[in-house]
Amino acid sequence: EWLYMSENGALPRLGKVLTADTMNANVKKVDYAVRGPIVQRAVQIEKELKEGVKKPFEEVIKANIGDAHAMGQRPITFFRQVMALCTYPLLLDDNKFPEDVKNRARRILQSCGGNSIGAYTTSQGIDCVRHDVANYIQRRDGGIPSDPDNIYLTTGASDGIVTILKLLNTGEGRTRTGVMISIPQYPLYSASIAELGAVQVNYYLNEEKCWSLDISELQRSLQAAREHCNPSVLCIINPGNPTGQVQSRQCIEDVIQFAAKENLFLMADEVYQDNVYAEGCEFHSFKKVLFEMGPEYSSKVELASFHSTSKCYMGECGFRGGYMEVINMDPEVKAQLTKLVSVRLCPPAPGQALMDLVVNSPQPGEPSHQTFMKERTAILSALAEKAKLTEQILNTVPGISCNPVQGAMYSFPRITLPERSINEAKAKGQAPDMFYCMKLLEETGICLVPGSGFGQREGTYHFRMTILPPTDKLKTLLNKLKEFHQKFTQQYS
Amino acid sequence: MYAPPTETENLGNRKSRNTGCDNGESLRPSHTPTGCGNSYSAGYCSFILSAKASAGRLDGKMREKTLTMDTLNPQVKAVEYAVRGPIVIKAGEIERYLEEGGTKPFSEVIKANIGDAHAMGQQPITFLRQVVALCTFPELMDSPSFPEDAKWRARRILQGCGGHSLGSYSASPGVECIRKDIAAYIEQRDEGVPSDWENIYLTTGASDGIMTILRLLVSGKDSSRTGVMIPIPQYPLYSAAISEMDAVQVNYYLDEDNCWALDINELHRAHQAAKQHCQPRVICIINPGNPTGQVQSKKCIEEVLHFAYEENLFVMSDEVYQDNVYAPDCQFHSFKKVLYEMGPEYFSSVELVSFHSTSKGYTGECGFRGGYMEVINMDPEVKAQLVKLLSVRLCPPLAGQAAMDVIVNPPQPEEHTFKQFHQEKSSVLGALAEKAKLTEQILNAVPGIKCNPVQGAMYAFPRIFIPPKAVEEAKALGMQPDMLYCLRLLEETGICVVPGSGFGQKDRTYHFRMTILPSIEKLNVLLGKVRDFHIRFLKEYSGLE
Repeated sequence: EWLYMSENGALPRLGKVLTADTMNANVKKVDYAVRGPIVQRAVQIEKELKEGVKKPFEEVIKANIGDAHAMGQRPITFFRQVMALCTYPLLLDDNKFPEDVKNRARRILQSCGGNSIGAYTTSQGIDCVRHDVANYIQRRDGGIPSDPDNIYLTTGASDGIVTILKLLNTGEGRTRTGVMISIPQYPLYSASIAELGAVQVNYYLNEEKCWSLDISELQRSLQAAREHCNPSVLCIINPGNPTGQVQSRQCIEDVIQFAAKENLFLMADEVYQDNVYAEGCEFHSFKKVLFEMGPEYSSKVELASFHSTSKCYMGECGFRGGYMEVINMDPEVKAQLTKLVSVRLCPPAPGQALMDLVVNSPQPGEPSHQTFMKERTAILSALAEKAKLTEQILNTVPGISCNPVQGAMYSFPRITLPERSINEAKAKGQAPDMFYCMKLLEETGICLVPGSGFGQREGTYHFRMTILPPTDKLKTLLNKLKEFHQKFTQQYS
Repeated sequence: MYAPPTETENLGNRKSRNTGCDNGESLRPSHTPTGCGNSYSAGYCSFILSAKASAGRLDGKMREKTLTMDTLNPQVKAVEYAVRGPIVIKAGEIERYLEEGGTKPFSEVIKANIGDAHAMGQQPITFLRQVVALCTFPELMDSPSFPEDAKWRARRILQGCGGHSLGSYSASPGVECIRKDIAAYIEQRDEGVPSDWENIYLTTGASDGIMTILRLLVSGKDSSRTGVMIPIPQYPLYSAAISEMDAVQVNYYLDEDNCWALDINELHRAHQAAKQHCQPRVICIINPGNPTGQVQSKKCIEEVLHFAYEENLFVMSDEVYQDNVYAPDCQFHSFKKVLYEMGPEYFSSVELVSFHSTSKGYTGECGFRGGYMEVINMDPEVKAQLVKLLSVRLCPPLAGQAAMDVIVNPPQPEEHTFKQFHQEKSSVLGALAEKAKLTEQILNAVPGIKCNPVQGAMYAFPRIFIPPKAVEEAKALGMQPDMLYCLRLLEETGICVVPGSGFGQKDRTYHFRMTILPSIEKLNVLLGKVRDFHIRFLKEYSGLE
């Protein structure tokens, strides 16, 4: 009977169920420039080169993404040794592996179901890893207590950030959650806000003052947003991505005071916490500053901070490891958070194991300590050198002005574009800096991300480039960039 | 106004039920026992409450928090995920209590709540772990204790990684050579039906892929809101994702009396009814079934595909248990292959996504969070949107991608490790088949328990008779009757299974889901304990004591 009805009653199958018109409109609004059109074109060009197509360059240099290993950085030996043992425990009998490697692997495996890294972990993350993370935070913050129950392992920091935003996203129309983000920002934030249908509330960093954060700008932005939404979250990236600034302690204190006064939930993206290069700069965690401000603040400001295995000296992006620490979260909401993360079962266990090693690295006296320190220091000092080098070379180019790269892995120089190139870009329906970056890619093989993908003050143009290529390659890249910029300026003047 | 048919009332109209509870909650002081009765059952409340009490909430003069139960995203509140729900939280508490020297009438908690093979003692497949270890620490390439075919695979995977490191991001759809291996695997599995590697997307476990596709599909408001057809009983990832996205859950009931078969008339009924209040645009199928363990016949798959074709539905086919078929008269048929065999009119038009994972099958590598999906007939513009959406999360974990590669590209007969690999694989699958049989047999010998054959997957979903007195008691406690049953089972025996209400079931029927994964000895003990418990429970509540 039903079949009969359907054969005669249903519309003929005219088109697809899922089309650009019928799909989730919020997904359409998502933009993620770091892997956007420029990068897709770069991949295409790589293929063309492989197929023997002649280009004015021999290889594509991907300076678009903070992917250290792809740029030739070697993994930390100790980390990979422990990971290999966790993966293939028969190696525990191999005398080529040092004792501290074996001890770490044994400890991690003992807290996995069936002693296997192939078992699901609890959704919040492996118990002993959460304890180690809490101990690490406590050490880092000069003894301020950290509770393992407040630690959630994540699938990279991105996962944690999206999860917290998901909790906070509510209301309709004027009561819709507003999320305050810095401009320029890391586009994960704008992408997640678009996908969730929340309201993006921009506050602008001060380029003239080395991309510092200005409280009066926060105030302005909040006030303006209150006209049309309910701003309830403030996101901070420190050290800054894409802008590379390191926030001063005073500035963090001001932000916390502001959040307390305005009842804002704080999200502190601290994935670059080990990447501080500039003299006089130091990483201060939001948690530490919050607790140093006294119980009036430390017992009330809601804070989630994020860390990851992908950055710092590890650069282990592929493992998708990370954690977040939530402070002052309502216990009922925390139960809801735990429930929400349980739907995805658990973060990848290898990423959790790796996170454990980052927070519980070899100690003085352990057999791997010396090698570990040597590798770590070499990477961090090379990064510091490259940060300096990038700033210096870029600032010698007329029409490019680059703030010091105090931390993180990127420079975000401002570029002056000739009027004619701006018009040509607009005629093509492209952002002027997209036009610039596309041309750079086609002519030099250098892949950067246009500033418009991160947000910038109107009428200003930038690009983001990583400082990750090896020093030689970075020099070549910067010189090519210099030549290109001069040529471009000439061509369009 | 739309009135749901009576048999759907057990799951209820999610929205109205939850709204009612939420409203109630905001009015109640949070310390009353009923205060957290929103979407979780009351059983959960007591755990939360005790956690809260021990956390010692600060005095009431604290600043109002920004994020509270009142300001929390209501869709998040509506999410339920029983597989890791209250029962499992309670089991964790009992485990800790035992560890700390507490006494219970049992010495260990047996977690039969989740399909986690390694946690139940299954050994990893040696070859898979060798390849992943080599990828992780390439210095091992020089070690004579690793076979050449493992090294060859590891080298090939590393060549596909940026900087030849598993630590670099991959392309967001996954490592290219792995996508190609998957396409080749599907083509071979489906006896030559073509598979295009550009239709393959690696995922963070199958769950991630399922959520992503649903996210693309959910749109519209009110009566044009996307309806998602899911089987009842279902794997609660589906209902949780639907809640989170505020889509409309459209239930179609599997036929328990017919070994949980899918009845096409029931699909029509569910679809017609749903059209009154939403726009059903997707049908989800789990084959082999979770939690129900049935294996769909080819004819049934044809009917479903024809139905989807006629009614303009997007098909999502969850095939993560494709290697877990035990019943001698059953065979796994992929939706893709059946679609192809139905002819070009179907094969060129029905939009289909199928999902696979490293977590099930004979590998059981849940922790790696590996998986893939194949999308067929997806609009090219939408595909571009899919790639963009995936790129925001950068990439699936590389170790999981590598594990997935080994599964689709296992040792071949002429290769050195083939014999060992094959032995390990058959031994895992052979034991599972035996345990499937054993579980069905022992459970069916218990008066008041009735269990369909476990044709595939990893679970038994027996129906249990619960005496009216126990049902009343549960209701008085604000609990589902099978939740009461499972909590008692846990408290008295240490066995952790998931109540049927977490998966959905016909009104006034009760079930639980248990995995068949414990070792044979342990499974025997477990089933014996379930039997004794059930008999005791019946006696107690039937007034026969």
